[in-house]
Amino acid sequence: MASLRDIKGRITSTKKTKQITKAMEMVSASKLNRAEQNARQFVPYSEKIQEVVANIAQGGGDASHPMLESREVKRTGYLVITSDRGLAGAYNSSVLRKVYQQVRQHHTSADEYTLITMGRIGRDFFRKRNMPVDMDITGLSDQPDFADIKDIASDAVQLFSDGEIDQLYIYYNHYVSAITQEVTEKKVLPLTDIELDTKKAPSSSYEYEPDQEGILEVLLPQYAESLIYGALLDSKASEHAARMTAMKSATDNADELIGDLTLSYNRARQAAITQEITEIVGGAAALE
Amino acid sequence: MSTLTVSVVTPDGPVLEDAFEMVSCKAESGELGILPGHIPMVAPLTISAVRLKGEGKSDRIAVSGGFLEVRPDKVTILAQSAEKPSDIDISRARKAKERAERRLQDKQSDIDFKRAEMALKRAINRLDVFENNF
Repeated sequence: MASLRDIKGRITSTKKTKQITKAMEMVSASKLNRAEQNARQFVPYSEKIQEVVANIAQGGGDASHPMLESREVKRTGYLVITSDRGLAGAYNSSVLRKVYQQVRQHHTSADEYTLITMGRIGRDFFRKRNMPVDMDITGLSDQPDFADIKDIASDAVQLFSDGEIDQLYIYYNHYVSAITQEVTEKKVLPLTDIELDTKKAPSSSYEYEPDQEGILEVLLPQYAESLIYGALLDSKASEHAARMTAMKSATDNADELIGDLTLSYNRARQAAITQEITEIVGGAAALE
Repeated sequence: MSTLTVSVVTPDGPVLEDAFEMVSCKAESGELGILPGHIPMVAPLTISAVRLKGEGKSDRIAVSGGFLEVRPDKVTILAQSAEKPSDIDISRARKAKERAERRLQDKQSDIDFKRAEMALKRAINRLDVFENNF
């Protein structure tokens, strides 16, 4: 049986760990709030841009742009969003597992795909496995601004325009609720499945200045970049939610452990007292 | 006098939403002035200042590209960044300008050159919008 001192030591250290996980849980909870707010602020922009894109795609008919057409796939780009830090439960591993499986399934050589990672965990994971990481960005803040990722987003879109890749997928954790996050795969480019809101007939047929192609030239890259930014905001919210849940269960586990340890501490103490009494009684009996 | 609702939206949230009488801006094909009742239109914007005039008030917004959607009673500007003069970080814009100028003088690869040029335009635009207002 462990000595009183040992048990006491373990209780203290578990209590300290609990304090830390509890604090991390609360920090994540407040970050989650902010992240949700950011995601909400982004909604008007994404809705509007989607509306205009859909309007042009619907109304025009003859509008064409390389980004709207699928072409033969020679090389695929995967954009993977992970966090910089761990301690977020299955947040990173589930995304990485999914991407890894996809790549293994569809590609036999490293020339057929390229990876773009956001977040240190993802970058390190693929580098360790000798998979080609073309671009990466780390050290994003918890509340990323659009300006922070503009370069990497436009570079990714540029890869497609230059014909370096023929399709671009994005993998991230979609935020469903504070306790549920779903690994999501989304095709960003080519933009073949622009959601057309069929209920809402094109509210107005626009004049295009200078012409439809000119508009698409500006609009589509901006739209693709906004999809990437939207995914990032979504996955940031997921990250904080995942970390919050992970830290909450760590705190709960610590509580349970402290309970068990306290019980065995009390037992050990009781045993020590009983033994002492027995010794005294035994000693007194020997004297008589 | 009739008015237009102008809203400026960026990925980081709405910047402005208010009623004005006239919007003038610089599209890629030239200057545009928009009054209430304009035909529905979409046009890409250049890195420039959007000027808004209303009853006894006027406003300027620095936009870095993006585009403009016009409806008879509403104008929406969607840009990747848009700032009112009071929101412009002037020291950051000055630094960005210097950095871009240095890069342009170095003359490295083609893409760097283009990017530096855009950065320079954005910085100059911000400085212009900031200074004209104060």
